[in-house]
Amino acid sequence: MRVPPRVTDKAMRVAFSAQALFTVGILIAIVLVIFVKGFPYVTTEFIFSYPEDMGRLGGIFPSIVGTLFLGLLSIAFATPLGIGTAIYLTEYTRESTLTRVIRFGVESLAGIPSIIYGLFGFIFFVIKLRMGWSLLSGTLTIAIMVLPTIIRTSEEAIKAVPKNLRTVSFSLGATKWETVTRVILPSAAPGILTGIMLSIGRAVSETAAVIFTMGSSLRLPTSIMDSGRTMAVHFYILAREGISMQKAYATALVLVFSILIINILAYWIMHRMIARYS
Amino acid sequence: MNRKAIGKENLIRLVLILFALSSLLFLFIIFIFILTEGLPLFYKVGMRNIVLGMKWAPTKGSFGIFPMIISSFMVTFGALIVGAPLALACAVYLSEYAGKKTKIVLKPSLELLAGIPSVVYGFLGVVYIVPLIREYLGGSGFSILSTSIVLGVMILPTITSISFDSLMSVPAPFREGSFAMGATKWQTVYRIVIPAARSGILASFILGMGRAVGETMAVIMVAGNALKIPASLTDPLRTLTSNIALELAYATGDHRRSLFSTGVVLLVIIMSLNLLANFWVKRRVAK
Repeated sequence: MRVPPRVTDKAMRVAFSAQALFTVGILIAIVLVIFVKGFPYVTTEFIFSYPEDMGRLGGIFPSIVGTLFLGLLSIAFATPLGIGTAIYLTEYTRESTLTRVIRFGVESLAGIPSIIYGLFGFIFFVIKLRMGWSLLSGTLTIAIMVLPTIIRTSEEAIKAVPKNLRTVSFSLGATKWETVTRVILPSAAPGILTGIMLSIGRAVSETAAVIFTMGSSLRLPTSIMDSGRTMAVHFYILAREGISMQKAYATALVLVFSILIINILAYWIMHRMIARYS
Repeated sequence: MNRKAIGKENLIRLVLILFALSSLLFLFIIFIFILTEGLPLFYKVGMRNIVLGMKWAPTKGSFGIFPMIISSFMVTFGALIVGAPLALACAVYLSEYAGKKTKIVLKPSLELLAGIPSVVYGFLGVVYIVPLIREYLGGSGFSILSTSIVLGVMILPTITSISFDSLMSVPAPFREGSFAMGATKWQTVYRIVIPAARSGILASFILGMGRAVGETMAVIMVAGNALKIPASLTDPLRTLTSNIALELAYATGDHRRSLFSTGVVLLVIIMSLNLLANFWVKRRVAK
């Protein structure tokens, strides 16, 4: 017997809705579980005190500081390079073999898995350049890792700036660089900021590339040559070595919500930019 | 413009070119350092004994990573089997069925969830999925199955978001034409929209595979890290990535070099996947 098309159509509509609901449901459940299980253990003391007994007791203050430093320093390195690259690719050149090669390089960097960045950072920064397990090694490794994100989002943002703004600027006698700094960058700023926020989010959630370059010292990093343990690494060690489930859930909560807030901000900024140009 | 201004413009152009070339420089030194550390062992021990070798005892001169290569492929395909149908259904729902309001809420929340750190997925896998498998299917629970599930969920947002974009880029007249011929929504989706977006969807699967094959910490947590080729879905396994991460902290000499050799093999796999994905996307653009 042949099933009438209208029945199949109804059935498929239900099937698609159910699967979409299921998919989003899983992902929301993940956030909820972390929230419910971790919430009782996240106190101001947990956030502002030092870990004791390998993290079994106490808080995660040094990890929060380490994460913050890693996130901010790595984008401090990557942002000028990324925006510079984007400006060059969009404003200073036409499509050519060189730009295609550069784009290929950026795409390839984006596709390299984080453990390879970890291997590279370990052999290059930690060992060959004798930086040791330090905030500096971690920062430089992550900066290279997030560079493609910043380049791509900046490029999109710069391309979205209307052509006539450039024409008007040039017609008023502005040089190319004046046009870029006074007209294009201010207009593209929200889009660029989105890329920066997403990059901070990636730095915060990264483990494999960080653990072999920044190390996993539990002390508060006070200089750029100190080792440190980011929240993601701390959470990994707590969970993997079964040190403390309570602290693991609590750390996961702080970690996941920092990232959600960073990403929400990023998308909110992007949304506002889209609203401005359409 | 006076001479000074022109000089300044040229200087700026030069600096920007250098910035733009930095990505290529980084890619170059990453490859150089992974290769110079990883390749010598291939010459010393022989390509066959590493890539096809069955025994991994790096401190005793056996560097076989064949079981890990197989394991990496197994969990990657496992992840695809778990994640791809769900993600595709989700993308189809979002682009074809969902109302405007649902779309506005669902699309960004999926993208937000893509930001959840992979260690969190691994941890929840250990807490919820591993015991479930131990209880109902036997074994330790650390297995291909648990790893595939964790990775499958992890790549959901990636695949959904890229497939969604390619479904959305199918021109509206395609759909309108189909409806005008009296086709139902499902017939339109199945016969017109999905085939038209095929290459983008394939690219999303390949990129999802790239993410699964490169994932490290979550896999270490749920895979059990045993050194054999797994014979059943409930057997533990060790992937290329976890092999590197498990031993890098304390390895020295040839042992450390062998981890870079593992990295070389991983890089070759990843680069091939990326080229493949690129190829599909290019073809779509060409069309």
